[in-house]
Amino acid sequence: MTLVYVDNVHKAFGDLEVLKGINLSVAQGEVVAIIGRSGSGKSTLLRCLNQLEKHDSGKITIADKQLDAASMSPKELSENVGMVFQSFNLFPHKTVGENVCLAPLVVRGEGKTEVEKIAREVLEKVGLSDKYDSYPAQLSGGQQQRVAIARALAMRPKVLLCDEVTSALDPELVGEVLRVLEALAAEGMTLILVTHEMGFARDVADRVVFMHQGRIHEEGAPSELFSNPQTPELKQFISAVL
Amino acid sequence: MIEFTFWDILRNLLLATRWTIVLSLIAFVGGATVGLVLTFMRLSSSRWLQRLTALYVDLFQGTPLLMQLFLIFFGAAALGHPISAWWAASIALTLFTSAFLCDIWRGCLEAVAKGQWHAARVLGMNYFQSMRHVILPQALRLSIPPTVGFSVQVIKGTALASIIGFVELTKAGTMLNNATFEPFTIFALVALLYFALCYPLSCYARYLEKKLYDAGLR
Repeated sequence: MTLVYVDNVHKAFGDLEVLKGINLSVAQGEVVAIIGRSGSGKSTLLRCLNQLEKHDSGKITIADKQLDAASMSPKELSENVGMVFQSFNLFPHKTVGENVCLAPLVVRGEGKTEVEKIAREVLEKVGLSDKYDSYPAQLSGGQQQRVAIARALAMRPKVLLCDEVTSALDPELVGEVLRVLEALAAEGMTLILVTHEMGFARDVADRVVFMHQGRIHEEGAPSELFSNPQTPELKQFISAVL
Repeated sequence: MIEFTFWDILRNLLLATRWTIVLSLIAFVGGATVGLVLTFMRLSSSRWLQRLTALYVDLFQGTPLLMQLFLIFFGAAALGHPISAWWAASIALTLFTSAFLCDIWRGCLEAVAKGQWHAARVLGMNYFQSMRHVILPQALRLSIPPTVGFSVQVIKGTALASIIGFVELTKAGTMLNNATFEPFTIFALVALLYFALCYPLSCYARYLEKKLYDAGLR
């Protein structure tokens, strides 16, 4: 079943055309890794999927509902798409527990006891149930990012977008975050990740999408794509990053 | 000629200090109220309101407080509605304070990282929910040290009200000097009294700033 469907999406910032007609469909439970040079449009594509950027033309549907910032409230968007950022963006004035509980309480209007139960569940899932009352500043980068993942999960989105979620981390902290994502993938969560972790893309993704100059240049199963790139651009990219 | 002892001078100055404090409080409370309204006008989506507020802030920041006092005090009289020095000083200081506080608070709101807005939006919060639960609490913490710091400027600014005849600390000093011809003693005492009001506030602002720094919010 197709969960995310992107049809001929264009996006320009002034004269700079960043997305030049993207077509992509992601099935329920699929893990898609988007790779490519910086400036290739991968982060912009991800931000269009949750309407942090409004696409200029084309169509994006999630669970058969057309994404359209004009008609869709932030609440409705959040029920479809969750997002984890490169820079965590935890709320520094709130504890870990409050970070996770805030949106379900305020946006969904759920009861406090129920929300706290969910918060403990998702924190358990990312291995941080003992940090419920800590503040973000007291945690390591890897722990903060895992809280950010838990916070996104507490809204029970249909698809989770990850925008270079390990790029701001010290090398020794990357593993703990990737393991959480791997576990989510194994549970059947639909993930779309922009990543520079080629090893992770190869091991965990069902499909790898290579973006180049605002277009999807090549895509396929990771084993095939990495061992047998078809285009010179991908060949060059792979030899540069591996 | 009446003889003034040192204690007479000090007593009169202390009595006048009351009015410096009252005027400072009026200016601060009035300025904070108007400043709050201005801050939200400045942040509104209406271009027209934004420009109007920016012009207001620039106008009051770009002219001396003394001219603002004169314009209000003498302007009101020229327009046929003379107002007391009390009113003129209260209005001028309120407007002056509001312009600076608006600018300080807008800066604090904008200092909250853009990513916080994005995170709130992605979690499904609308503008007001994001503002109330995510942005304002952080901006509020950031704003306390500069706001307390600015209150020192307001206290010192009240001295200008002496020129339109408002009897506060500075004016009382001038009057006492006219009677006693002891300018050094008197103005040293006046300065000391201002210092006694302002120094604790400066220390408090510094303490708050350090506390904020330790909390890792900067």
